[in-house]
Amino acid sequence: MIRRISIAILVTACFMLAGLLLLAWRPSLAPIQPPSPSTFSAELVAKGEALSAIGHCAACHTQPGGQAFAGGYRMNTPFGAVFGTNITPDPKTGIGVWSLEAFTRAIREGVARDGSHLMPAFPYYAFTKLSDDDVKGLYAYLMTRPAVNSTVPTNTVPFPLSIRALQEGWKILFFKSARYQADQSKSAEWNRGAYLAEGLADCTGCHTPRNALGAEETKHGYAGAVIEGWMAPALTEANPSPVPWTQEELFTYLRSGVTSLHGATGATMTPNIRGALALPVVPDSDIRAIALYFSGIDRASARAIDVDATTREAVAASYVSSDQAENDPDADIYASACMSCHYNAGPTPLAPRPELALNSSLMLAEPTNFIQVVLNGVTNTEGAPGLVMPEYGSSLTDSEIAGLAAYLRRTRTKYPPWSDLEKKVSAIRREPAASR
Amino acid sequence: MTTFDLNGKTVSAQSPDDAALLWVIRDELGLTGTKFGCGIGFCGACTVHVEGRATRSCITPVAAVAGAKVTTIEGLDPTGNHPLQTAWLELQVPQCGYCQPGQIMQAATLLKDFPNPTDQDINAVMNGSVCRCMTYVRIRKAIKLAAARMRGDTGHD
Repeated sequence: MIRRISIAILVTACFMLAGLLLLAWRPSLAPIQPPSPSTFSAELVAKGEALSAIGHCAACHTQPGGQAFAGGYRMNTPFGAVFGTNITPDPKTGIGVWSLEAFTRAIREGVARDGSHLMPAFPYYAFTKLSDDDVKGLYAYLMTRPAVNSTVPTNTVPFPLSIRALQEGWKILFFKSARYQADQSKSAEWNRGAYLAEGLADCTGCHTPRNALGAEETKHGYAGAVIEGWMAPALTEANPSPVPWTQEELFTYLRSGVTSLHGATGATMTPNIRGALALPVVPDSDIRAIALYFSGIDRASARAIDVDATTREAVAASYVSSDQAENDPDADIYASACMSCHYNAGPTPLAPRPELALNSSLMLAEPTNFIQVVLNGVTNTEGAPGLVMPEYGSSLTDSEIAGLAAYLRRTRTKYPPWSDLEKKVSAIRREPAASR
Repeated sequence: MTTFDLNGKTVSAQSPDDAALLWVIRDELGLTGTKFGCGIGFCGACTVHVEGRATRSCITPVAAVAGAKVTTIEGLDPTGNHPLQTAWLELQVPQCGYCQPGQIMQAATLLKDFPNPTDQDINAVMNGSVCRCMTYVRIRKAIKLAAARMRGDTGHD
């Protein structure tokens, strides 16, 4: 009996697998002669350039120091490393022989020209919302970039997850091919923002937590998530910033990478702003639209706080007198190592003096981002433009950084203390540099 | 290799990416105005400007300033006559002098942010710049003198 049941289960499993493989099959689309750049209008290419910036395509398709869009960027996912592909028009190693049809299918359905399924590290599940015109613009822009012959490393996703046909299972569970549907009850600006944020910019990609299979938990949209060793803060009303993220604050942040009332971009957000949204090719109007969309999601207007009073209080906390420092070794570290740059006076903080009592990194439920910045500093290409922070990892011990974190959390925020600080500092210190 | 701008000239440092900017400036590029003090970013002797802002060079890896403008005490003013430098000379601020390049570089950022600094502003921003000779009283005076001149205020302060 048991044997019979086992056989039945095995047979059913085989049928299901065969069915999945059948469903997974996609035709290979015929290669084309790489189109001459002159076949694309300058207007379309320019439009594609702005879209490519909003979609921060270069962030994942360019490796540090490498040629733009030639691939090789390493994404450390929970399923192994996935490398951004070469999307220059090189016929052998890039997408030179991809027709518009093949490109469109890849963008909207996550299927490569040869019919193989793309990993959802490529956010086709968001790009599926793109309009025909925008896909055409992106295609025109990418096909007119210099072709770079460059083969990217093989992904380290282990067998059997590396079988691309199995991606069909993931798609059945989590993916629906559908264009953006405008919400007629909202303004054109709001809809533009929603279209860009939910589609091309794929903001949920980092700011929404994922389930065990790597799909976004749509019930917890924008609730914040851990991404590459950093915390991507919640973009909902759960966002803990003392000053609300209004449309204006979001606009300033997304346009420049920094606002004096919230702090600067870091980690994987940096290339999305400094290498993408902050580029002059992106129109202000698009960034304002995205900002409007999120100021609705975080319900900024519903948060009745006195911004001036909050700011004044924050600024007042930035000064530590020598008496205070003498009585508290943690305050002493702040006064000696941090205060010369983080001190503020007057009614509002100065942009190049990040005000810790307003900074998101101190407000989050976990100290991850604070510890990352203290240990590893901020380079010229990260954070706020023109601000470099030294690496205190080489000068402060784990317990000193833990003490500093506890002190700032206690004196600069209204949130409960962080737990196990020293262990967390030590763990982040041991992370390989690649995940920073 | 790291390429950056040092006092207006493009330089390419061969030192490893994690070499401290301080040693690249002093040992590889030969500008010795910037001093080594504590080596852990707690004394200010190594202060230089990165993109015009005071930064401790002893714990800043050279790779962190790739593409940035770095200014040392040698480049603060083409003729060595920054208002802080002339005030420093006039009031004979230094004693042994070792920490003074760092003090001046930090004070320059102070005056950029706070053109009319209060005593608290000076305490806060200069707190990380230590002087073993205790020249603090003259440093404060020179900062106020330079500030007044930079504001175009020739009166007494």
